[in-house]
Amino acid sequence: MSTATRSLPRTIGAHAILLTYTVIALFPVIIVIMNSFKSRAGIFGAPLTPPTPKTFDLIGYTTVIGQGDFIHYFQNSLVVTVASLFFVLLFGAMAAFALSEYRFRGNTMMGLYLALGIMIPIRLGTVAILQLMVASGLVNTLTALILVYTAQGLPLAVFILSEFMKQVSDDLKNAGRIDGLSEYTIFFRLVLPLVRPSMATVAVFTMIPIWNDLWFPLILAPSEETKTVTLGAQLFLGQFVTNWNAILAALSLAIMPVLILYVIFSRQLIRGITSGAVK
Amino acid sequence: MTTKLLTALLLGTSILGFAGVANAADVTLNIESWRGDDLAIWKDKLIPAFEAKNPGIKVVFAPSAPTEYDAALGAKLAAGSAGDLITCRPFDKSLELYKKGNLADLSALPGMENFSPVAKSAWQTDDGKATFCVPMASVIHGFIYNKDAFDKLGIKVPETRDEFFAALDKIKADGTYIPMAMGTKDLWEAATMGYQNIGPNYWKGEDGRTALIKGEQKLTDKDWVAPYEELAKWKPYLGDGFEAQTYPDSQNLFTLGRAAIYPAGSWEIALFNTQAQFKMGAFPPPVEKAGDTCYISDHTDIGMGLNAASKNADAAKTFLSWVASPDFAAIYANALPGFFSLNNTPVKMEDPLAQEFVSWRGKCKSTIRSTYQILGRGTPNLENETWVESANVINGTDTPEAAAKKLQDGLDSWYKPAK
Amino acid sequence: MAAASKRPFRWHIGVFLAPAVLVYTAIMILPLAGTLQLSLFRNIDQSQVFVGLANFRTLFGDPNWSVGFWNALRNNVWFFIIHMLVQNPIGVMLAALLSSPRLRFAAFYRTAIFVPTILSFVIVGFAWKLILSPLWGVAPNLMDLVGLKSLFTPWLGKEQYALTTLSLISVWQFVGIPMMLIYAALLSIPEEVIEAAECDGITGMSQFWKIKLPLILPSIGIISILTFVGNFNAFDLIYTAQGALAGPNYSTDILGTFLYRAFFGFQLQIGDPNMGSAIATMMFLIILGGVCVYLFLIQTRLRRYQF
Repeated sequence: MSTATRSLPRTIGAHAILLTYTVIALFPVIIVIMNSFKSRAGIFGAPLTPPTPKTFDLIGYTTVIGQGDFIHYFQNSLVVTVASLFFVLLFGAMAAFALSEYRFRGNTMMGLYLALGIMIPIRLGTVAILQLMVASGLVNTLTALILVYTAQGLPLAVFILSEFMKQVSDDLKNAGRIDGLSEYTIFFRLVLPLVRPSMATVAVFTMIPIWNDLWFPLILAPSEETKTVTLGAQLFLGQFVTNWNAILAALSLAIMPVLILYVIFSRQLIRGITSGAVK
Repeated sequence: MTTKLLTALLLGTSILGFAGVANAADVTLNIESWRGDDLAIWKDKLIPAFEAKNPGIKVVFAPSAPTEYDAALGAKLAAGSAGDLITCRPFDKSLELYKKGNLADLSALPGMENFSPVAKSAWQTDDGKATFCVPMASVIHGFIYNKDAFDKLGIKVPETRDEFFAALDKIKADGTYIPMAMGTKDLWEAATMGYQNIGPNYWKGEDGRTALIKGEQKLTDKDWVAPYEELAKWKPYLGDGFEAQTYPDSQNLFTLGRAAIYPAGSWEIALFNTQAQFKMGAFPPPVEKAGDTCYISDHTDIGMGLNAASKNADAAKTFLSWVASPDFAAIYANALPGFFSLNNTPVKMEDPLAQEFVSWRGKCKSTIRSTYQILGRGTPNLENETWVESANVINGTDTPEAAAKKLQDGLDSWYKPAK
Repeated sequence: MAAASKRPFRWHIGVFLAPAVLVYTAIMILPLAGTLQLSLFRNIDQSQVFVGLANFRTLFGDPNWSVGFWNALRNNVWFFIIHMLVQNPIGVMLAALLSSPRLRFAAFYRTAIFVPTILSFVIVGFAWKLILSPLWGVAPNLMDLVGLKSLFTPWLGKEQYALTTLSLISVWQFVGIPMMLIYAALLSIPEEVIEAAECDGITGMSQFWKIKLPLILPSIGIISILTFVGNFNAFDLIYTAQGALAGPNYSTDILGTFLYRAFFGFQLQIGDPNMGSAIATMMFLIILGGVCVYLFLIQTRLRRYQF
């Protein structure tokens, strides 16, 4: 790659576009966080200016903190998301491998069967799922949520991963077979590392709806011990709907942990993506 | 069948789960509610008062957001994981739960005698034989105004419609204040604070409401279209961009002192008292001519029932009897000024604004919202459609006549009044 | 593909498939099937009676239902069109820019642009409502800065703008997903391919159109079908921003909100699981149709390259 091919105007153009879009993407988030540190008069009087010594006020945060155990909610969300993610990726990759690697009777049917779940919102199965959880004593446990989210995430994971697994070179796998490796070893040692970028993609796809889900925590695990961050935040919004200080503080509190977590993991994510590309 | 199989399958996984360990000696009652706003009052005042008198019963108030309450409660009742005590919406919604067998019959509950037939009517079968929720409170509609603004502009409290619009014109001409704080974004504001607020004066309260149920009047009659005509006239007095103004926006607009008049429900009082920095007053919906009989919407809004599947029915009934007692009424009505007790024993209220609202019961005739009893049980749902059409009328996208016709057509498609 | 030769029963296939199939069947398929079959029943005097396709006849024959259904479907199609026309091209463009070699701050852009995607609907709906609120005035103030104040209208409250506004908010939220997928696909194009192209003098824009785009077509296919499925299952954003009645005057009602009201009820409207299931079945058929078109007509024609 020679530098000659990259002209200065084009680089500037690229930066201009990316920068513009970055501003668009971040603006609402910044507005919310910025105003959460202001007094009521400051919020309404000058929403676009950062907090000044005159308008700086933590009243929103003091209202919100002490009303609910946000750290505990956060732990719940984390446990549920990580556990579901692990099962979705493991089970999903295994199934995708079976579907893309082997020819067997019913392969296409199985693929379609596993894709069915993408097409109906799982919310519709709520009553039956809830009955199941009541009967097995799982109501108000995080296990119930993990089970539901695993099932919910699988169809998409299988769908995307089998697409990517088709791109893994056959020669490699056959070479492994000639060396006498078992199918399990081929999968875990040869194929999985190669599809890491797509695993990272699937992880993001799966993680977002789980972390942000409001419905199933509300139905399956609404107790104080098992409440997730999103459910907690929603209750807050309901409770302080006219108190913008508290609202903005609650929103910021719900945004910041995800943001921090994301910034930490985005490097892993990108490394996963790029390491797959530069092989 | 499949459920059983799956249950067995899942029982294995349940070992992983950690079910909440309950103290075996105590009974814990869970209250389902949409009143997240009242969380602190229940936690700090009501529940301690009950638990002090009834050792051995623990009560947990577990609200969900109002928008999800009905759907979530329905799912939980169907699956059997709902709490022991259910906060009841009035009329048809709760009646449906009772018919499905989700709510227990409470007719014989000790304490029920503390309520008048009118209070109980919101939670009774059509024949009045069974009562399934303990009435807790009603709310009254009217207008709250910024007293400082009225004084400054020299406006006196309007009693007739002409005075009302003259006041609005004066505020608008002055320009300091937005005449009226109301938005149409959330739809229900237009219907509840608008149509149901001013409507009873036109359809003459209970007379019109019962005639509508009997089929003697129609929503396309003059008395029912006229409130829409008045609503259409409100448009120029609302704030800029009222079409996207949400209910909290309206509340803030008024409590920040930017608007002069707020079409209100009495439930606003507690919040407004804490947020507004100016003096407030209230007036009932203006009548046509001075001296006309006035009608107010005094709507039975909230009650509490017993989940028929509750395993702690006895303890729950103890609790409900307490909810029916004057003790509860006194704490509740004063902690939440604007939620007026339905108990026969009069409650002494401290709040002047709440007293103003409740004083109208003496001089005006009370009625309830027209869309709740009997007319609220079909599809398309009259109450929900009234939300949509009231907003349309104020937005100017439907004429009053067109809106009324749509509502009546929808009603006709399923409701055949008993002749 | 491994050759389908005569071999003893291949247990490993079963082992690979079993966990996914079991969890998925138990928690998802059976409950959903239970729900969908409800569409053939009706609740008469508190017991479920088999009525065949009567619920579907009601859905399409009774104007009280059919008007709402077609309105929701139309809105949903518009919602989807905006995503295809705005979200995916922007996503591809951003990914193409990001993947250009030696771009400075690429990591920063990438991270920042993906931020909206990780936020929950509760936050997105609320934040945008605040920003577009005529009362708070962030949007009018901003437009004033660039001299466009007269263009401000209460978008979310106007029938003609509300749906488009919400679609664009949804695009804002989800543009990170096509961007990431395409970005991953672009990065996995081998250096040799690019170098060969440059030797042939194909660079810059024409390199993107002639070399890279054909190579990432399968990924674009996946994105399109994911967008389709996601849009026709969408619900949360409309629900948090406009409420279950999808105002004003049902102008933002999409199939998800229509279904929610029918199935679970709203305010005084009592939920009707049977009609709700009929609507759900229709949604399922629509999405199934779209996915089949993709699987059988598009996917089979896409050339796939093994690197």
